[in-house]
Amino acid sequence: MLDKQSRSALMDPLFDDNPIAKQVLGICSALAVTTLMAPSFVMCLAVTGVLVASNVSISLIRKWIPSSIRIIVQLTVISSLVIITDQLLKAYAYSVSRQLSVFVGLIITNCIIMGRAEGFAMQNGPKASFFDAVGNSVGYSLVLLFVAAFRELFGSGSLFGIRILPLVSDGGWYTPNGLMVLSPAAFFLIGGLIWALRTWKPKQIEVEPVVEIDHAVVEPAQPRQAA
Amino acid sequence: MAEIKRDSPLYTIGFAALVCIVCALPIAGAAVALRPKQELNARLDRLGKVLAVAGLMERNEKLTPEELEARFDASVVARAIDMRTGEAVDTIDTKAYDQRRAARDPLISSTAPENAARVLRVPNVAVVYEVMAADTLQAVIVPIQGYGLWSTMYGYLALAPNATTVSGITFYEHGETAGLGGEIENPRWQARWIGREAFNDQGDVALEVIKGAAGPAATDPYRVDGLSGATITGRGVSATLDFWLGPNGFGPYLDRLRATRAR
Repeated sequence: MLDKQSRSALMDPLFDDNPIAKQVLGICSALAVTTLMAPSFVMCLAVTGVLVASNVSISLIRKWIPSSIRIIVQLTVISSLVIITDQLLKAYAYSVSRQLSVFVGLIITNCIIMGRAEGFAMQNGPKASFFDAVGNSVGYSLVLLFVAAFRELFGSGSLFGIRILPLVSDGGWYTPNGLMVLSPAAFFLIGGLIWALRTWKPKQIEVEPVVEIDHAVVEPAQPRQAA
Repeated sequence: MAEIKRDSPLYTIGFAALVCIVCALPIAGAAVALRPKQELNARLDRLGKVLAVAGLMERNEKLTPEELEARFDASVVARAIDMRTGEAVDTIDTKAYDQRRAARDPLISSTAPENAARVLRVPNVAVVYEVMAADTLQAVIVPIQGYGLWSTMYGYLALAPNATTVSGITFYEHGETAGLGGEIENPRWQARWIGREAFNDQGDVALEVIKGAAGPAATDPYRVDGLSGATITGRGVSATLDFWLGPNGFGPYLDRLRATRAR
């Protein structure tokens, strides 16, 4: 079984510390590519590949990276991985890479990847970094696929391109929701998701909840000095 | 681990150089190793688009690369033509010719006069496709591109041998709003173009995308249904046609085509 550190690195980002819902990172791609399931799925795979490779390689060289240029070194490693991923997609998944267009290249600017490199891989060993990367990728993918499922089902009446709701334009009964194919739909969905997640796990709420005080045992309030 | 000064300038520079080399090698390797496959993909994609607009391939038909090539070779002839004269050019390998790259090269392209489609440069040589069946011309397919609301839209237009009746149109690359301008990809909208006339009796480009619905092709040949919520995209499509069928686009080629037929 996994040791405690790897386990929490793997499991925490799924719900407790989800990169999109809790850390609010990687929103741009979550808005852009989630109109259909298939490109979202490929995007998830690409991000997973890049994140795992970048976290492990950054972690392996973390002790040798001069701190003055650490960010640029991370960026170099990440962008190299992204370029290679992009090249591979163009060679082996041409039509999907056409759909994802610039967003594969923009994985470089996906805050999750640099955030994990700087926030985790720089301090932890390769094994824990690997699990952290997998956990965060899965957390990212869960949200991406959730949003894409909604948007494709209600925006285009299909899932993975397979017709689920017959469209009026094809002689069926379903009128597609035009909002769903536009970026704001993802905003609403992610907003709703964050709300739902924080209702389920109130610990994620950043604002300190008002502490209820049992008045019976509280001493009369002293005039407090302004901090 | 030996004690190294991690923050000395020399170490920093050395480390940076090492990272660059280590990262550059796999990138260069991937780029070189994968290029033939990527170029093949791009070519097959182009062949598929041409076959689709020629009506030789169903929308969702899946063909292996060999089938695609075979079907293309069986009925389509790619021809490099001189844009200014419309004459065939024999010196260009149409399989390897990248028209978009050519349009960026000042040696083999020219600046386009100001136009509503916002085409900046026109290549000297363009590749057109002639669809043949039993040695008679069925259609000619010309590449078109123009600016919509947000992006340059790339597509193909197929014309009947009379060089005016539209037999198909497709847009395969654009960045228009999904669901609105992006509907230029919609096969149902593209089907509305079929049978309409690109040129009027005076020989001017007359076909345009209007606001609202147009009548059937037989009675309303110069107008095509607009896409709701995409007026500017529609205007861009009209301007694109106007440019590429005009004297700075494929006008000379289409003129030659008409002349050959008249003979």
